Amino acid sequence: MPTAVLRALRRNHAAKVAVGVIVLVVFVGLFAPLISPHDPNLQNLELKLRPPFWMSGSEPGYLLGTDKLGRDVLSRIMYGTRVSLLVGLAATVLSGVVGAVIGVVSGYYRGWREQVFMRLADVQLAFPSILLALAIIAVLGPSLFFMILVLGLTGWVSYARVVRAEVLSLREREFVTAARAIGDTGPQIMVRHLVPNIVAPLATIGTLQVAAMIVAEASLSYLGLGVPPSVPTWGSLLADGQLYLRSAWWIAVFSGAAIMMTTLAINVTGDLLRDVADPKAYTR
Amino acid sequence: MTGFVVRRIGHTLLVLFCVATVSFFIVRLAGDPVQQMLPPEATAEQEATLRASLGFDRPLPEQYVSYMTGLLSLDFGQSVFFHRPAFEVIMERLPLTVDLAVAALAFTLVVSIPAGIVAAVKRGSATDTSVMASVLVGQSTPAFWVGILLILIFAVNLQWLPASGTGSPAHLVLPAVTLGLYSAAMIARLLRSSLIDVLGEDYIRTARAKGLSGFRAVTSHGLRNASLPVVTVVGLEVGSLLGGAILTEQVFSWPGIGRLTVEAITYRDYPLMQATVLFLAAVFVVVNLIVDLSYALLDPRVRLS
Repeated sequence: MPTAVLRALRRNHAAKVAVGVIVLVVFVGLFAPLISPHDPNLQNLELKLRPPFWMSGSEPGYLLGTDKLGRDVLSRIMYGTRVSLLVGLAATVLSGVVGAVIGVVSGYYRGWREQVFMRLADVQLAFPSILLALAIIAVLGPSLFFMILVLGLTGWVSYARVVRAEVLSLREREFVTAARAIGDTGPQIMVRHLVPNIVAPLATIGTLQVAAMIVAEASLSYLGLGVPPSVPTWGSLLADGQLYLRSAWWIAVFSGAAIMMTTLAINVTGDLLRDVADPKAYTR
Repeated sequence: MTGFVVRRIGHTLLVLFCVATVSFFIVRLAGDPVQQMLPPEATAEQEATLRASLGFDRPLPEQYVSYMTGLLSLDFGQSVFFHRPAFEVIMERLPLTVDLAVAALAFTLVVSIPAGIVAAVKRGSATDTSVMASVLVGQSTPAFWVGILLILIFAVNLQWLPASGTGSPAHLVLPAVTLGLYSAAMIARLLRSSLIDVLGEDYIRTARAKGLSGFRAVTSHGLRNASLPVVTVVGLEVGSLLGGAILTEQVFSWPGIGRLTVEAITYRDYPLMQATVLFLAAVFVVVNLIVDLSYALLDPRVRLS
């Protein structure tokens, strides 16, 4: 699979750019304290609502302008990357693990376990994706930990369904029958033989899911239900920016562009992974 | 067919029951919600009065039973902020959310169907590539940012359309485009791949061989066969458009149910929040049921599986 991915990547220019964007975003997220030009929370009311560098009235050193409190928009976007990546990755891993466990158990054992989990999936799907997270965080209170927990625990269904379908066909294969014949127990078969075979589809869904989680985090932050207000996030920047759309469009436009660029890059990469995993879809 | 319908309705009732239970417990996740609903300076007496009026002083099982039996007569509880039954408040806002969802669906179909057809017919061409690129951008752009960009361009700069509020069809344009964009991208992509599959079938080749024009072959033979999965997804999107309007309604201050949910959260009106969450989820489940049943009518294979 890794060689196939590299080969597909060499042919696909859009995916090369996308991977470049992802590397850049991760770099910015990791090293924001070292490379951001200003402290993201440093206020300077004399410099409030200054435009980006190419417009008249801009302030040298503030490339993407300043917000209502004179804080540097670029530095706030750079720090916002950290929250987005952290939530995106952590929530994806959590939902992937939960979904994979449920999917493997449902697919391998079938019977009542499958019935219970799949009905649970139906209930989960009945709630519009953002609604459940919104309601739970509203009750628990905004915090980074709760956000990751809630997004992670509400995003398991797509993994569980795909993994279950994979396992349903894997469990009939000879290597599973052979493992059963030499006396492997259910958990042993699941861990040693089934899990290694579902890593590829998990990685594909996971990649696309990171983008969905980043958007979900930004949506909750936009609605004021993200992390506490002292931490800059792309969603809260966008919400602040909307209030000043007439006088300072750059706040909302640049923070939204950061979200879009990141999710677009992740989706292009995810599509590439899916095409490699399912060559039939590649031709479409 | 009757067996399928009965089974499907039974399944829907079970999901609705679970959805109602989840909504009940969400509000009680952090313990006693009454403390959170009151300002810190509230007296113990005020707290006790509110607790008694909302029934939170009763044992949990009793609260649950009275909540579930209330739902049977559409009693969704009492809104603390509006001092009225929550169901009444929701019904007041419902027409606005329906208006928005219908307009968004119209936009979705008008954009996605021609885009999907053109991309499939001209597969591999520059047109196909640009449609697919737009689809990817459409699916990756968060709706609230699209909304803000549209406000910036069409309301602030060009001043062609209002930035927020309701009252005229012009007010509906920007929110509908914002809400419909994601669905439009998804349906265009689905229609394209479904049509590409169908266009490779023998009966299309036969139709062409018998002298049917390319356009007729696509519209009368291809589209009809490619439309079944699309119809299903369009049906499901109606549910998502109704329920997923929270962000769009917030961006455009559109006073529908999505915004009501955010208002309920802002005012810490938990009974109202519980009611809107349950209502939106129930709408989605019921729309799903209708889609499934109509799909079974269209395609006999569904009934048998």
